[in-house]
Amino acid sequence: MSGITAMDPSLAAWGALFGQCLLLSLLAVGGAITVAPDLHRYLVVQHAWIGDSQFNASIALSQAAPGPNVLFVALLGLQVGLNAGGGSGLYAWSLGLLGVAVTLTAILIPSSLLTYTATRWAHQHRQRRAVRAFKAGLAPIVLALLIATGWLLIAVHDDPARDAGLWLLTAATALVVWRTKLHLLWLIGAGAVSGAAGWV
Amino acid sequence: MNTRDEADTPERPASCRALFLAFTALALQGFGGVLAVVQRELVERRRWLTPAQFLEDWAVAQVMPGPNVVNLSMMIGGRHFGWRGALAALAGMLCAPLVVLLVLAALFAQVADHPLAQGALRGMGAVSAGLILATGAKLMAALAHNPMGRTACAALAVAAWVSVGLLRWPLIVVLPALGAVGWGWAWWRLRPGQESAA
Repeated sequence: MSGITAMDPSLAAWGALFGQCLLLSLLAVGGAITVAPDLHRYLVVQHAWIGDSQFNASIALSQAAPGPNVLFVALLGLQVGLNAGGGSGLYAWSLGLLGVAVTLTAILIPSSLLTYTATRWAHQHRQRRAVRAFKAGLAPIVLALLIATGWLLIAVHDDPARDAGLWLLTAATALVVWRTKLHLLWLIGAGAVSGAAGWV
Repeated sequence: MNTRDEADTPERPASCRALFLAFTALALQGFGGVLAVVQRELVERRRWLTPAQFLEDWAVAQVMPGPNVVNLSMMIGGRHFGWRGALAALAGMLCAPLVVLLVLAALFAQVADHPLAQGALRGMGAVSAGLILATGAKLMAALAHNPMGRTACAALAVAAWVSVGLLRWPLIVVLPALGAVGWGWAWWRLRPGQESAA
């Protein structure tokens, strides 16, 4: 916990956090995880409200848990509140939950309003050449970005001696999902078991 | 065809409640990102979208600011039941996973350093990479009817993959630049009288 100056849980401090997340919401083009570097700068470097290890654990935990990646922002809000309330106990958890509410609503409201309005307009005018060209022109690009995301997740493990089993697991998963209707939870479970058993 | 109407969709959600439950169910299955599950559940199982519609909606969800799968859920909900549908889908996507995540966070400190937990995280990460790759492979078929033609589609896809996957250029640069090229080329190919050529 060294190097942390816990947030003074004042209205001004919560307001500043809320405002920062509102701003980042509109910059999150290409997915919520793209605002992670800027949140790190704001929370860890500038204010030191949370530590580096807390930041990294929040990201890793939200990646491992079910649900949209954007929830990592809520976990960061939780950490800010917990630290502000002294780390543990009822008071700290109330502030933590307040942090969840503040960060999650702020990161969602601007982008959701904009997306809802813009996509309603696009759907009402879906026969227009510009709208059809926009969707068709972007389709191959976002498909490639999807494959690049899968690639980047596995490419961080780059030691053949240690990670060959991991690559094999990724390739086998891809093949099974592509070719069969096996429920995806079985695959996640198999991944957890083979990882815990030390096979990959 | 590239035109789309509700009539093109094989099935549709019955109510806001059905939307909420469907998105709750798929969000809770989405480890390491929800997109693979969205494709499996909404396109293959419930058939609320065709593969081509899914890819088009995903493209729009991706270029709008905000979390992609959250945008996608709001678009689908809003199309069927207006703002109430959008809120139902959004709530389904976020509420249950948030509770699960907070419980996990409360438990995490006790197991974080255990080798079993570390190993399980590593294995699950490899599986979620495979899920995403397979989703991409399945959606490739939807490009067959793209008005830009196969060569242009392949060129744009390779350019996007190389710049983001290999060169690690920021998305904020790659997406507008390649998107403008794709939009312009599709606009040209969709000019009146040329559609059958696609």
